[in-house]
Amino acid sequence: MVAITSPAFKENAARALADPGLQKALGTAKGAFLQRRAQAVANLPEFEQLRNIGRDIKNHTLANLDFYLEAYESKVKAAGGQVHWCSTADDARAAVLEICRKAGARTVTKGKSMISEELGINAHLEAHGIRPVETDLGEYILQLRQEHPSHIIAPAFHLNREDWEADFRRLHTDLPPDRVFHERRDILAEARTKLREKFLAADVGITGANFLIAETGSSVIVTNEGNGDLTQTLPRVHIALASIEKVVPTLEDACNMLRLLARSATGQDFSVYTTFSTGARREGDLDGPDEYHVVLVDNGRSNMIGTEFQEMLRCIRCAACMNHCPVYGAVGGHAYGWVYPGPMGSVLTPSLVGIEKTGLLPNASTFCGRCESVCPVKIPLPGMMRHWREREFERHLTPAAQRTNIGLWAWFARRPTVYRWATRAAIGALGLLGRGKGAFHSLPLAGGWTKGRDLPVPEPGGTFMARYAKARRGQRV
Amino acid sequence: MSKDAILGAIRRGLKRGPLPADQQAMLAGRLASHPRHLIPARSRLPRPDQVALFVRNVEKEFGTVERVPDLAAVPAALAEYLAAQNLPSRFVLAPNPDFEGIPWTDRPLLTFERRRAQASDQVSLQHGWAGIAETGTLMLPSGPGRPTTLNLLAETEVVVLRASTIVGAYEEAWDRLRAESHDVRSGGFMPRNIMFVTGPSRSADIEQTLELGAHGPRRLHVILVDDDAAALPPGDATPPPPVAVPGGPAAPGD
Ligand code: SF4
Repeated sequence: MVAITSPAFKENAARALADPGLQKALGTAKGAFLQRRAQAVANLPEFEQLRNIGRDIKNHTLANLDFYLEAYESKVKAAGGQVHWCSTADDARAAVLEICRKAGARTVTKGKSMISEELGINAHLEAHGIRPVETDLGEYILQLRQEHPSHIIAPAFHLNREDWEADFRRLHTDLPPDRVFHERRDILAEARTKLREKFLAADVGITGANFLIAETGSSVIVTNEGNGDLTQTLPRVHIALASIEKVVPTLEDACNMLRLLARSATGQDFSVYTTFSTGARREGDLDGPDEYHVVLVDNGRSNMIGTEFQEMLRCIRCAACMNHCPVYGAVGGHAYGWVYPGPMGSVLTPSLVGIEKTGLLPNASTFCGRCESVCPVKIPLPGMMRHWREREFERHLTPAAQRTNIGLWAWFARRPTVYRWATRAAIGALGLLGRGKGAFHSLPLAGGWTKGRDLPVPEPGGTFMARYAKARRGQRV
Repeated sequence: MSKDAILGAIRRGLKRGPLPADQQAMLAGRLASHPRHLIPARSRLPRPDQVALFVRNVEKEFGTVERVPDLAAVPAALAEYLAAQNLPSRFVLAPNPDFEGIPWTDRPLLTFERRRAQASDQVSLQHGWAGIAETGTLMLPSGPGRPTTLNLLAETEVVVLRASTIVGAYEEAWDRLRAESHDVRSGGFMPRNIMFVTGPSRSADIEQTLELGAHGPRRLHVILVDDDAAALPPGDATPPPPVAVPGGPAAPGD
């Protein structure tokens, strides 16, 4: 498992705020996902209803999770696949290693998977002489840099273009050192060429799964690059890593979730590749793996059922909550100290690794409520962070620790970077939603406020502070 | 063992044992009847508009579309597309029975092999099983006549799609698959793999800026065969296709 540095959240955060490279990267990324999401949502009038349905589908599934997991397994078996049930991260690592060993694997290609990060699959394979190769562009550079993702859908969120160029020059030593990267496209082209060789040489391909479907025994991956599909199509063996809460009952249920996922994540109507895998190669097929394995992982999730954190298991890992979080936007993902950053991480991480080491995370919040207002399955994230803090008090924390936690909240509340980011991002999104309307007659989560009055649409140009800064920059050049 | 431990922990959390038989039957019924949820209104259109929406959405997602009257027009359309893009006239062809009648000899310069794709292939010609107008998505189930590698390895993927197979929403395509497909191995209807493809591959991993041409095809071109009289634009059999700006809205107010 990835080492936990969450106890040092405050130090991590302070370092992040003082890191010019990181602040530049966060500044570049800022707003890109927000604007695209707001646009995609504005284009689908039914979005709010789809969110309610999505929440209900997930609640129904969780209330009958034992039934749907068994139904799912029987369908996987019927299609010639195998399900490996794994209670712990140790079980899952062992299962993956055994499949790879039986396949005589020397290299393994990997699609992007957060559960793989959670389980520490790469380190385990390496320790046993098997070479894992990350093939998602962002994961690939992080593997070269020996870093972990800082974002759940854009792993290299914290890097600038110059970082990419420098790392490629440093590590792709077989290429001319004086080659020029004119555009981002050139970086992409080099990665494509490098990884082609790996896809073709791999013995096993490991992917995650966005959904499992009980009706058909399928695993679903959603990607833009096509690396996940190459990973699961070319090698002789495909392993899909999935946690137990990924299951939904039917294809129709999956469709509803898919209508929410891409819009909430990248602001696309649909990702480029949405792929359903069901079992191993069929007779007459000209390609595809001979073996299909699902490593089905619990690793602490079943303990969340029946608690005040059960609703967290509705999460579809879209990242909207972190994209809209002022704290994440100010400090980036690494400060959170484990695999899952942002608001969803602040709730999930204590559930999975224990509150003892992660008690600071539920305080890494300004309680602005934006995460909950954008979550496609309506997880009450701020309320859950509050639950964690209450649990902390019940556990009779030492006064010193208590002071640290309250201190952290105050520390964030005082950070102008955090608050400035929050107001600017909110204005951007509101301006986009209300474009051409002049005023809002109703606003999500502000019903009480907009009932008796209209909220004026923000003027283009941003906050006073942003305009002031822009004006000053303008004078200087 | 892990299985029992996991199911046991779930049931403890839910404060119950295994579900009673009647409740299991109810859930099995839900799986068997797979009820539809809300289907967005955007694709609930007359046939010609539905097909036009599909075309606009493919273009919005950086794909290209050419409409041709019948399968016999495919060789000319393909040859011209490849020439215009400066691509070789060699390609890997999906060994699909639906392609048997295509008069390839009309364009003797086109050369092809019927097989799975290889890393060295520059162009693939794939068979489209269905198109989904809602998002301009191609549905490509795997099988002997539609190898998955054709969607992945070539830099340029050309898909021949019959207009009669375009539906509004994903759910309609699933219902057609349930009705038409029989998988011998599982006894169900799912083939090994189904790819839903919406535009050419891309990545936003470098500074969250979209770049086309990641690991999959850099270009996606659809040759749309107008085999559905009801789906033709009214009044004119072969009008120029409506143009959507790549990355821009697919429909006014969209
Ligand atoms: S908590 Fe909600 S918004 Fe955050 S990643 Fe999960 S589904 Fe998306």
